[in-house]
Amino acid sequence: MTDNAPFAADDVLDETAADLRPAPTVNPTAAPEQEKARSLGADAWDIMRRRPLFWISIALIVVFVTMAVAPGLFTSKDPYFCDLNNARVTPGGDALFGYDLQGCDVYARTIYGARSSILVGLLTALATALIGTMLGTLGGYFGGVPDAVLSRLADVFFSIPLLLGGIIILYTLRGDGETPYFVSILKVVLAMAVLGWPNIYRLMRSSVIQVKPNEFVLASRALGAKPGRIIGSHIMPNSIAPVIVVATIDLGAYIATEATLSFLGIGLQAPVISWGIAISQASGLGYIRNAPHMLLFPALFLSLTVLAFIMLGEVVRDALDPKLR
Amino acid sequence: MGKYIVRRLLQMIPVVLGATFLIFAMVFLLPGDPTAGRCGDRPCSPEYVAAFKAEYNLDKPFLVQYALYLGKLLQGDLGTNYYGNTVAHELAIRYPTTLKLALIALAFEAIVGIAAGVVAGIRKGKFADNLVTISTLVVISIPVFVIGSLAQMIFGLKLGWFPVTSGDGTWAQLILPGLVLGSLSVAYVARLTRTNLVENLRADYVRTAKAKGLSAGRAVGVHALRNSLVSVITYIGASFGSLMGGAIVTERIFNVNGIGNFIWRSINQRDGVSVVGAVICLVIVYLVVNLIVDILYGVLDPRISHD
Repeated sequence: MTDNAPFAADDVLDETAADLRPAPTVNPTAAPEQEKARSLGADAWDIMRRRPLFWISIALIVVFVTMAVAPGLFTSKDPYFCDLNNARVTPGGDALFGYDLQGCDVYARTIYGARSSILVGLLTALATALIGTMLGTLGGYFGGVPDAVLSRLADVFFSIPLLLGGIIILYTLRGDGETPYFVSILKVVLAMAVLGWPNIYRLMRSSVIQVKPNEFVLASRALGAKPGRIIGSHIMPNSIAPVIVVATIDLGAYIATEATLSFLGIGLQAPVISWGIAISQASGLGYIRNAPHMLLFPALFLSLTVLAFIMLGEVVRDALDPKLR
Repeated sequence: MGKYIVRRLLQMIPVVLGATFLIFAMVFLLPGDPTAGRCGDRPCSPEYVAAFKAEYNLDKPFLVQYALYLGKLLQGDLGTNYYGNTVAHELAIRYPTTLKLALIALAFEAIVGIAAGVVAGIRKGKFADNLVTISTLVVISIPVFVIGSLAQMIFGLKLGWFPVTSGDGTWAQLILPGLVLGSLSVAYVARLTRTNLVENLRADYVRTAKAKGLSAGRAVGVHALRNSLVSVITYIGASFGSLMGGAIVTERIFNVNGIGNFIWRSINQRDGVSVVGAVICLVIVYLVVNLIVDILYGVLDPRISHD
């Protein structure tokens, strides 16, 4: 009973099937399904490869992630060096994007702002995916009491809108200029992950419930596999795809929410460099009139980053969904 | 139908209890002094701390604290801030403006969103479809506060079509903020309508409708569209949550004197009682709206209320 993969144990399966059912149903139906499943992935890749949107989003993501990891590649200026004499100077000459209120270089600060946005988005998406997948698998696979408890719990967390709940949590956990960088980031991640996991939970739960009655799962159980093994090698690989897609789309949405919270003065706090803070400082009426560059460049970078992740998720989803073809 | 409504109401109770408990826990159980950041930039005076502790029963066991707090909420008491104003009063004088703003956004969302979705759905794969799909993707990717600032810059300052700020809260002043607030949901409504319509147009009953000689307009409008709209209406209800979050941002940008702006100002004046009270009020409004939508859902689609 060490090998539970239904297709590596053909003869065992044939015997089991012959004993259990009058017609030889297991092998003929299960095998083509595996064929189809494999070709679905290849199909999806084929479709994606030919869509320009896929390559555009990949290129954008590569650029922004590089920017987050190694901002020094894009600019040699120090984002913290500010000269009040330069305050609100418009683009041109030395500074590609001009200078902001404090006379800091907008280009350098926009480049360095990528790090906090992408870090927050990535960590939040990972945290929600991890919690949601684990709990969703538990609820979907075992059903009964654990499912009922987890689902009601998810309902409660789901009932509080992300931005409103985020404001309450972050107001309570409020930091100041002395808060270390990572603590500042982790607070925002915590606030969004606490309210964001039910999304993934519901998705994973329904996905597991769909996969569970399949023949290959039944076969594996008939062969005596323990729940841990059934979940790990049969349920998980066949139900995780929609979670990856939605987590990618959510990543973009979390970046946008982080920026919104920072814009309201409650997310990341200066001196952390963030697009949301930059836009917030630049959005006074007088500044929009006289120095719109302070707003436009961080806004452009922020929107492109969010767009890249949402677009990638949608392209993958379209490619995986046979209904839309 | 009556049974369905009762069941929905009963299902609502644990969610409301859970949500209020969660918010209560976020405010009072997270590490940190609960009176910190409630008295402006200075630390609270000992008198205020004592009064605050008495008001929220902070010396009693936690569950008792929560029960007493819930009792106050039921009476509409959202707390009294450091300046001696009750939060309920502050909200009462501001809600008409925010309601107007939300109505404009909802109307925009429903009319433009559904129209764009129908056009795209009927012409799937054509130019109009691609235009709607791509433009909605762009709108979804630009955060509301960026759209708001850009709209203020372009339509308010450069072109002068709309008032730049909306201090008085008249309908004319609220149009631009309302459109900005509804922009994200418009995009989602358009996409949802399109997807549902495309699926339903392939359904057998639409083919039957066409086969028995109905005009294309009638087959789409009466048969396919009506079935497509059920989930769109659910979405519009659910979008109320992001709408209220968005109102905080939009009202701050356009200086609308509504609940959102009140929350933003309270955040920056470190008036925690007002922040928490106002946000709880919004969460409860959101829950009630969703309950109404749920019940409406049963009316629109009889299959749902019969199971």
